[in-house]
Amino acid sequence: MYQERLKIDWLSVALWAVLMLFGWMNIYSATYNEGHAALFDLKTFHGKQLLWMGVTVLMAVLILFSEPRFFSNGAYPIYAVVMALLVVTLFLAVTVNGGKSWIEIGGFRFQPSEFAKFATALALAKYMSAIDIDWKQLHTKVIALVLVAIPAGLVFLQHDTGSALVFVAFVFPLFREGLSGGILVVGAVAVVLFILALLVNKYILLGALALVAVFYLFVWLNKRSAKDYWRALGVLVVCAAFIFSVDFVFNHVLESHQRERIDVLLGKTEDLRGSGYNVHQSKIAIGSGGLIGKGYLHGTLTKADFVPEQHTDFIFCTVGEEWGWLGSSVVVVLYIVLLVRLVNMAERQRSTFSRFYGYSVASILFIHLFVNVGMVLGLVPVIGIPLPFFSYGGSSLLAFTILLFIFIRLDATKNQLY
Amino acid sequence: MSNRYADRSHVVKIIFIVVGVLFVGRLAMLQLFNPKYRELAKLQSLRNVTQYPARGFIYDRHGALLVHNEAVYDLMVVPRMIKDFDTAYFCESVGITREDFNERMTKARKYSPYAASIFMKQISKEEYAKFENKMFRFKGFYISQRTLRIYDRPIAAQVLGYVGEVNQADLDRDTYYRQGDYIGKSGLEKSYEEVLRGVKGKKIMHVDVHNREVGPYRNGEFDTLPVEGYNLYTTLDADLQAYAEELMANKRGCVVALEPSTGEVLAMVSAPTYDPNLLVGRIRGENYNRLNSDIAKPMLNRALMGQYPPGSIFKVAQSMVALDLGVITPGTGFVCDKSLVGCHNHPSARSVQEAIKMSCNPYYYQVYRRVIQQGKYKSIYKDSQYGLTVWREYMLRFGFGQKLDIDLPKGGLSTGNIPDTAYYNRWYGKERWAFSTIYSNSIGQGEVTVVPIQMANLAAIVANRGYYITPHVVRYYGPDSLCDERYREHHETGIKPEYFDIAAAGMYDVVHTAGGTARRAYVDGLDVCGKTGTAENFGNDHSVFICFAPKNDPKIALAVYVENAQGGGGTWAAPIAGLLVEKYINGEVKRKDVEKMYKEINPCQKLPLTRRVKKKK
Repeated sequence: MYQERLKIDWLSVALWAVLMLFGWMNIYSATYNEGHAALFDLKTFHGKQLLWMGVTVLMAVLILFSEPRFFSNGAYPIYAVVMALLVVTLFLAVTVNGGKSWIEIGGFRFQPSEFAKFATALALAKYMSAIDIDWKQLHTKVIALVLVAIPAGLVFLQHDTGSALVFVAFVFPLFREGLSGGILVVGAVAVVLFILALLVNKYILLGALALVAVFYLFVWLNKRSAKDYWRALGVLVVCAAFIFSVDFVFNHVLESHQRERIDVLLGKTEDLRGSGYNVHQSKIAIGSGGLIGKGYLHGTLTKADFVPEQHTDFIFCTVGEEWGWLGSSVVVVLYIVLLVRLVNMAERQRSTFSRFYGYSVASILFIHLFVNVGMVLGLVPVIGIPLPFFSYGGSSLLAFTILLFIFIRLDATKNQLY
Repeated sequence: MSNRYADRSHVVKIIFIVVGVLFVGRLAMLQLFNPKYRELAKLQSLRNVTQYPARGFIYDRHGALLVHNEAVYDLMVVPRMIKDFDTAYFCESVGITREDFNERMTKARKYSPYAASIFMKQISKEEYAKFENKMFRFKGFYISQRTLRIYDRPIAAQVLGYVGEVNQADLDRDTYYRQGDYIGKSGLEKSYEEVLRGVKGKKIMHVDVHNREVGPYRNGEFDTLPVEGYNLYTTLDADLQAYAEELMANKRGCVVALEPSTGEVLAMVSAPTYDPNLLVGRIRGENYNRLNSDIAKPMLNRALMGQYPPGSIFKVAQSMVALDLGVITPGTGFVCDKSLVGCHNHPSARSVQEAIKMSCNPYYYQVYRRVIQQGKYKSIYKDSQYGLTVWREYMLRFGFGQKLDIDLPKGGLSTGNIPDTAYYNRWYGKERWAFSTIYSNSIGQGEVTVVPIQMANLAAIVANRGYYITPHVVRYYGPDSLCDERYREHHETGIKPEYFDIAAAGMYDVVHTAGGTARRAYVDGLDVCGKTGTAENFGNDHSVFICFAPKNDPKIALAVYVENAQGGGGTWAAPIAGLLVEKYINGEVKRKDVEKMYKEINPCQKLPLTRRVKKKK
């Protein structure tokens, strides 16, 4: 069989390496302590992270030299194994910060939910690349939904709402493969309505929506058919139902800390000591950075534990404080460049499997970036998920790297079909 | 179907880019256009840490150290930082029991699991040395150093005073202080607080959210060093002070010794006294309560606070006033008429000098009558009012009836009482009193009260032949300060020195001639001039003696007051004064037997008298 030369996309590898190293520098700074400045000390976070980085690089190399067929053929088995792990986790979990997503094996803790992301991506890609797939058929949609819903549901049961939310990312690859674009619009409208329903009087909101419908019908449309009237009315009724269900969802489905976080985000409560604390501190830390920041290791707030979870979910604060607007903008730009690059790479794939998987990678990274940085900047409610490659945490670093490098490996021999 | 939707890649990329732009914009909002967060950041991450200056030392007049500082150590704990901890080993090293450990730990945890609190207070250098090298094993514990006052000799407790934590009133009065600071509470520590305390330094530290310090801000660029307090160079003679305290052991009362030519306080004893080291460190609270509730009031400085009837020593002042007013002459004699006022048996005094020597009560009855009723008004009432006013003027010039401006806390100072007309009017009504009502004053009884420092000052006035310099305890402080202006000023009585020569001669006779009342104050070759007093009061008589020596160019003026001593001034106070004069001028006391007797004797064994409080080891 023809053996294609590996054409590794060095730009993505470089972006990965830069983000990981810069992330580590910031973990070092966030947990830095003059008494224990040793770089490699397994008692410190940065020391542990360094160890994980070593493991991660090994894994990346291993993946680059692996046979890509392994991933396409192994997609379902990998998926099955990880799902089994998630189920096991439900029973054997160690409670960390109220979540039950960690299992401990021989003193090492890891988070199976992190690995569920690439496993699901592989499985879904495999499913979508089947020759006989027809996206028009209902059962296709249902099976795709089930493939995503199983891990999402299991992770949700582990009280890790943030990680469960990440599975929304699969909307993007599905969209690319033909899922109606309407779903994005509907999703966006739902989020906007949800927020407005919490902020504005519901009847006024409904009245405004009715006005929009009237405007749509009589100003926007030149010709109106009976169907248009019914459609407008139907949308209005659904919106009304949604708006009035918001209260119920908000008060009965969400947990109290989630309610508080949303209230804080929307500015309805200002609880700077309680649930608003993290974000407030985070904003102070970032705001104090100014244009060029306080300099590496010279952060005053992030170094001193003012921001909880500094080295994990709030690591971006350290960047903001010590590197200022320039530094943090560069990080954001690096991520966006990586994401766009991944989309472009996905588009040049010959196989649906690779393309779908590529989109999945980009989308999962995007959701993490969006939620994590959005949270730190006070744009999104506090949802504890890590910043890919950047945050402290062995499981997430390893899982994100596997996620990314499988795609880089697929891309390296993109002319082969799997 | 693969490329039917290829255009959708642009939608995805646009969404990504829009979010990126949104983030960069939001960052710009927070970091570039909103100073609010920068201000908040400053407030919360930096802490001013005070660096305490060393408190000034206190020296005696010969440069001997009276008070210095010593390092002690507080063992601090941050409960959350305790790791790999061997409790048994810790308890053994630090020297506490397991129960004690648990109790302290619970307290620390209750205070805060994150913030440092004191686990064990004021550990001495010696105790700390025992576990200093093991400290690295006790993660979460650290040592914080502070200084304690150490009183080199257990003397002059009431003069030196003590240092304690500031109270709310201090905080309100002076913004220099912060909660937990130490401040002089009494004595020199209080009156020279601002000299001794120095200037605090400031260190700006990074603190974390649990208020732990994590390091200096900008490597200490904005820090200031503390400035040590000035040393006080006092006028006290440590040896004399110690000796006087020994002599006053087992007694209540006080001793004040002055250098007449300068007004410098050589010794100031208030008995019973206590070891000033009792009010330092860990044992302070307990000892304070004990001393404070002691009925003998060891913390009271009787030399400044006590208001006693002066008794016969007052006759010296009375003589001077009468002579200056011209109502008597140096040669005026009065018969010792015991029908006027009681007296002991002695020949009638034929002159002022003899009157002082024999301390004749009827003589001074007559003298005082002439002072009070000078015949300026027909009405004896009006006449007495006039006389009393004139007399009081004189007495104020002697430093009586007012607070002497000594450099010890004004709150610890009494005025004594030289009654004025208003005083008697209040008691008896206007023009309802005359000499016959107030004659007891003539012999230092009645309404007149005097503070011991004023008695010593009287001796100094006679020694100086007519003036005094306000008594003071500190000569100078700091590198180049001079003695305060107010302690160089002569306060003149306005009475001719010749009259004081008469007083001095009389006082010389008191000690040196047959019929004198204080032969026991005699010291070979030192020409002690003194005057006894026996002040009647509710209990046994107080025994008083003032003196100065030598007669010409006096070096020391003294007042000794022994409360409730059985026997007059000549019996108790005079011999003690004699020993002190000998000690001060000759440097040592030859009369060991006398010395021994007065050290040991308790003149009022019938009264409950606490023993000198010893420092608990």
